[in-house]
Amino acid sequence: MDTISTSGQEISAHPPVKRRGELIYRQSAWTRATHWIWAASLFFLLLTGLQIFNSHPALYIGDQSGFEFENHILKIGALNTPDGQRGYTEILGRRFDTTGVLGSSGEPPRPKAFPSWATIPSFHDLGTGRVIHFFFAWILVGTLVVWLLASILNGHAWRDLVPKPRDVRNLPRDVVDHLKLNFHHARDYNVLQKLAYAGVLFVLLPLMIATGLAMSPTANAMMPWLPEVLGGRQTARTIHFIVMLLLVGFFIVHMLMILAAGPLNELRSIITGWYRVDPAPADISDGRQS
Amino acid sequence: MTKRFEINRRRFLTGASIAAGGMVLGGCDAFDSVSSSDSAVRAVLEKGNDLTYRVQRLLTKRNALAQEFTQADIRQPQRPNGITNPEDESYKSLLANNFRDWRLEVVGLVEKPLSLSLADLQAMPSRTQITRHDCVEGWSCIAKWTGTPLGLVLDQAVVKPQARYVMFHCMDTIERGLAGNILYYGTIDLIDAHHPQTILAYGMNDMALPVANGAPLRVRVERQLGYKQPKFVNTIELIDDFAKIGRGKGGYWEDNGYDWYGGI
Repeated sequence: MDTISTSGQEISAHPPVKRRGELIYRQSAWTRATHWIWAASLFFLLLTGLQIFNSHPALYIGDQSGFEFENHILKIGALNTPDGQRGYTEILGRRFDTTGVLGSSGEPPRPKAFPSWATIPSFHDLGTGRVIHFFFAWILVGTLVVWLLASILNGHAWRDLVPKPRDVRNLPRDVVDHLKLNFHHARDYNVLQKLAYAGVLFVLLPLMIATGLAMSPTANAMMPWLPEVLGGRQTARTIHFIVMLLLVGFFIVHMLMILAAGPLNELRSIITGWYRVDPAPADISDGRQS
Repeated sequence: MTKRFEINRRRFLTGASIAAGGMVLGGCDAFDSVSSSDSAVRAVLEKGNDLTYRVQRLLTKRNALAQEFTQADIRQPQRPNGITNPEDESYKSLLANNFRDWRLEVVGLVEKPLSLSLADLQAMPSRTQITRHDCVEGWSCIAKWTGTPLGLVLDQAVVKPQARYVMFHCMDTIERGLAGNILYYGTIDLIDAHHPQTILAYGMNDMALPVANGAPLRVRVERQLGYKQPKFVNTIELIDDFAKIGRGKGGYWEDNGYDWYGGI
């Protein structure tokens, strides 16, 4: 019976003082506040974004949308067939039947790209979707800009988030550890965490904001180079959508990792800042001997 | 070591099923009340649109031009939206006579009200631009527009100092309601009204403006979305306030929950 606590949550026969690692103050108030502001903002941005997308559920490459020529890469729609209404999703010319979720959903079935449960408001209301989307876009942009400047100036970005050569050397071992669900609880993020968090904060969110601005006709007059470098307004819209998918993917993995690594300890650290690390190697050997 | 892995795996599987359940629950009718125009939450959220307007005005040079494209970028007819074939009898009779009896009235807070025929407008200096039309729905379409700069018309009418907005009255019924039919209407500020690319377009893709795209005259406001560029215009009114017009938000779509400044 020499289980080693990976999260500090398990109770064992051994005296807890010996078994558990110490609590350390890991997440600053700034990290915790911005984390939850971004979580709430991204929730509303996603669901209102899908509402906006439903007004024209197709994605194109280039400056404009091809109505009389082909430049779409995605199209979601509904068809009336002898078997009733069917929803379809067409990706790069391949058509899939997505009845019930994409294209046609609800009781009775209605033509709708993303279903009611995935949009705010639940019914079609582009105006309201835009009001909520832009409100939270401002919250996200405002807090992210302040956070980026502060984190670069105070060294947080470099110290905690940017992967270093040492991290890269640890990458294969870290991947194996994650696949085995063998998590280490330390003050510092492991390399996969650094890559994920840095990828979201320094790449995906700035790209989301840039592609969002590239869709604005006024911002285009201000910065005509922006839609140009992104491949045109409609390509920017497509990238905006793909980045959304990547952020949803990040969220799913983020949730699974938290649940696998010990949800109470992880939640405590992002709410209170305090995190229980693994026992130091000395403690472990003590534990084994006792 | 084996035991540790088992604990983790069990916890992982439980967690995964909870997460999957949570995702299915999503359900977002909790926020449907924000759709109501008298929602207090909505009033707060709409401050974001005010901020967008102020920041875009602050950061964009007054005469910064919307992107212009080349002839090769015109790859399809301009996609029409909104009303594409007005049913209004008064409009149909004007159309039957090829708009010879149509006049553009310039009224309101001006020193010299105008009444211009299509020929009068076409006799004035014109501007031609190939621009991208961005619809609020998300699509874009590139077309060539020819028309009279609105600024020239306003200068001719001499705008009074207290005027703050240009209101466009249109000939197409956009909504049939119990309180009567609503003709399309919209407003822009004087900065956009005097912008060099803001034109009263009577030509499109080297042809007379088609009915579907707003014949005989539509506005092009190239730094804003399509709903800010009214079609079938017959009156331009200079106003100092739009609080008493419609539901007070400055346009048909604005009165139906869309932002007044359609710059994003």
